[in-house]
Amino acid sequence: MNQNYSAVAQRSPSALATSKVLRNTYLLLSLTLLFSGFTAVISMAMNMPPMTYLISVIGAMVIAMFVLPRFANSTAGIGIVFLVTGMLGFGLGPILSMYAALPNGGNIIMLSLGGTGVIFMGLSAYVLATRKDFSFLGGFLMVGFLLVLIAALANIFLAIPAMSLMISAVVIMIMSGFILYDTSRIIHGGETNYVLATIGLYMTIFNIFISLLQILGIMGGDD
Amino acid sequence: MDWMKIFSALALVMFIVFLFPRARDMMKNTPKGSSSDWMSFVIPIIAIVLFIMLLIQLV
Repeated sequence: MNQNYSAVAQRSPSALATSKVLRNTYLLLSLTLLFSGFTAVISMAMNMPPMTYLISVIGAMVIAMFVLPRFANSTAGIGIVFLVTGMLGFGLGPILSMYAALPNGGNIIMLSLGGTGVIFMGLSAYVLATRKDFSFLGGFLMVGFLLVLIAALANIFLAIPAMSLMISAVVIMIMSGFILYDTSRIIHGGETNYVLATIGLYMTIFNIFISLLQILGIMGGDD
Repeated sequence: MDWMKIFSALALVMFIVFLFPRARDMMKNTPKGSSSDWMSFVIPIIAIVLFIMLLIQLV
């Protein structure tokens, strides 16, 4: 009995730290999603040109890859997360304006938004309920992501619509895997920095939304 | 070919070059999953595929 009590007492600080990382990650993730929604609306209202998307995504990726890791353990890291997600949201504005101009564009945008929410919440709930360790997915997901990037690079020059559709579908599968992998890392103590955890999950949500928008736009488009 | 395509391609090449060593490390250090582990990944992915097919029907 005492031994069991002692084991629980020893596990508690780590379990508490894990739940704190998870709570902070979800709080920061919700705030950044709201903020990027706000910057997307501003970008739509300003009627930004399509190239805004490319410039914002490249700028945000450079900051996320080279600047954020240096400040991830300080409060400045939170500001940088808002900068990155704000830029991505701003870049999304012209894409949303383009879809909104389609005959059923509003429907496509709302379905993509709702679909992304259902996928994210469903997968997160699955990991939190089963508490399964998905660390075995790491290498598979990373290689799969690299292959998708190479296919996307080829399709810039080939411009095959079917390939574009296939890439979007595979991106959703890989990003879904990353949600399982990242959430599992948080609950098993593999990720202790909520700033880095937030940016990882935000990127998966962003990619799923963009890919879903593209799939529904192509499959449901009247043009 | 317009400059946006070239710019996108350069950004993707940069991203691939940046990710390649990380992918190689992850391949080496990732623990092997059992068949039941892989099934626990495949089942939600199948559910997502079905869900996307439902969304396509709703558009």
